[in-house]
Amino acid sequence: MTLKSWKELPIGCVVSEPGSASEYHTGSWRAQRPIWNNDKCIKCGICYVFCPEGCVQQSEDGFFKANMDYCKGCGICAHECWPRAITIVEEG
Amino acid sequence: MGKRLGMEVAVAVAEAVGLCNIDMAAVYPITPQSHIAEHLSDLVADGKIDAEFVTVESEHSAMSAVIGASGTGARSYTATSSQGLMLMHELLPIASAMRLPITMAIANRAVSGPLNILNDHSDIMPQRDAGWIAVFAENGQEAIDLSIQAFKIAEHKDVMLPVCVNIDGFQLTHMVEPLEMPTQEEVNQFLPPFVPHATLHPAKPVTMGAFAMSDYFTEIMKAKDEAVKNSKKVILDVWNEWGKLFGRSYKPVETYKADDADILMLTMGSMGETAQMAVDELRDRGVKAGLVKLRLWRPFPFPEIKAAVKNAKKLIVTDRAVSFGGPGGPVFSEIKSALFADTRRPAIYNYIIGLGGRDVAVNEFAGMFEKVLADTGNVAADTYEFWGVRE
Repeated sequence: MTLKSWKELPIGCVVSEPGSASEYHTGSWRAQRPIWNNDKCIKCGICYVFCPEGCVQQSEDGFFKANMDYCKGCGICAHECWPRAITIVEEG
Repeated sequence: MGKRLGMEVAVAVAEAVGLCNIDMAAVYPITPQSHIAEHLSDLVADGKIDAEFVTVESEHSAMSAVIGASGTGARSYTATSSQGLMLMHELLPIASAMRLPITMAIANRAVSGPLNILNDHSDIMPQRDAGWIAVFAENGQEAIDLSIQAFKIAEHKDVMLPVCVNIDGFQLTHMVEPLEMPTQEEVNQFLPPFVPHATLHPAKPVTMGAFAMSDYFTEIMKAKDEAVKNSKKVILDVWNEWGKLFGRSYKPVETYKADDADILMLTMGSMGETAQMAVDELRDRGVKAGLVKLRLWRPFPFPEIKAAVKNAKKLIVTDRAVSFGGPGGPVFSEIKSALFADTRRPAIYNYIIGLGGRDVAVNEFAGMFEKVLADTGNVAADTYEFWGVRE
């Protein structure tokens, strides 16, 4: 996303496009990332339920993955995953 | 031509606001502003004006309510004083950042503690950097004129900022003065309908007051600073227009016998008229004294201040508030800063006066002039003193 200059800001910073928050990729904040081990995953969906960002999605095969544009790497999915199918690893 | 009448200034301010076709007011009563709240509430309850009067449980709620209402495109008004203004403080920069043209009267009163209900400027000074346009009234007529002008300035498409009109508590709010109240037709002619820059409406959803991180915060602050600075052009235009329509002119910095003065005093608010009498006394005694009155506090009128004091040898800045452990009174430090780069600036003295409603009589203003004149070596320049404090 190209950053605007101060002159280009709308008056009062009014956001006139609904849903435009999705353009902001909070995944850039991430220092760690979740890795799913589908051998351990039982497709219970608790990672999907607990993700505070709503970025965990179920694939057609029934397993889960995170949309890394928005995953902040908070680790809640890994903490909640009782079969311990998710591990958190350092970025980079 | 408006009607000439004798009226308590706070009531007259509410009457004047009642002429401005407001859509809503949310005013929490607090001494010495209460008569504005009461009379505005009466005007709505009696069906004299078609507006909502939102009864709120605090000043924080009052400011929140006018922010919300202004966001929907309603012409919104509030008024407060002292502790009430301190309670609003959290929301003031939000109103200006959202560029909501709210107008507010501040019946200036000392801030606690100790509790004190009387007049000084310690309530407005902590709001200096809130991004509001701030003007000061010297008398009742100015209080009503500025209250009406405030809507036009705030709502101008090139401004879109909140405006506060400072009216000294009791010294002005509770005085009965002869006033010329504009007619409804005159105000209708002067004040166009409010056209908001955006509105909260389900038909066209927008977000106001969204979150911003470090990647945008600096640009947003810069845009706000430019908006406040640029508002001055509109303020001057509106005052010019007012002068033509009503014959009463307003300037960011006003002067009295200042052109040839060797020694000047600077005041803000109602004490200007008392200081003016001291100037007359000194002139009678052959002293070339003059007065500078600062009406526009934000945006700060740098060129006008420089022009007003450029020929003086000494300048006495009076302050109605204290910056504890700081560089002197808040007005003094700003004036000093404004004149810092000028090689031919006067020696600047600072007296902190009239705190918590303490009266400052004509002879005391004369005394300040005499004390500064006697300081031939400018020894006390660039320092501040609590005038009349008991040692």
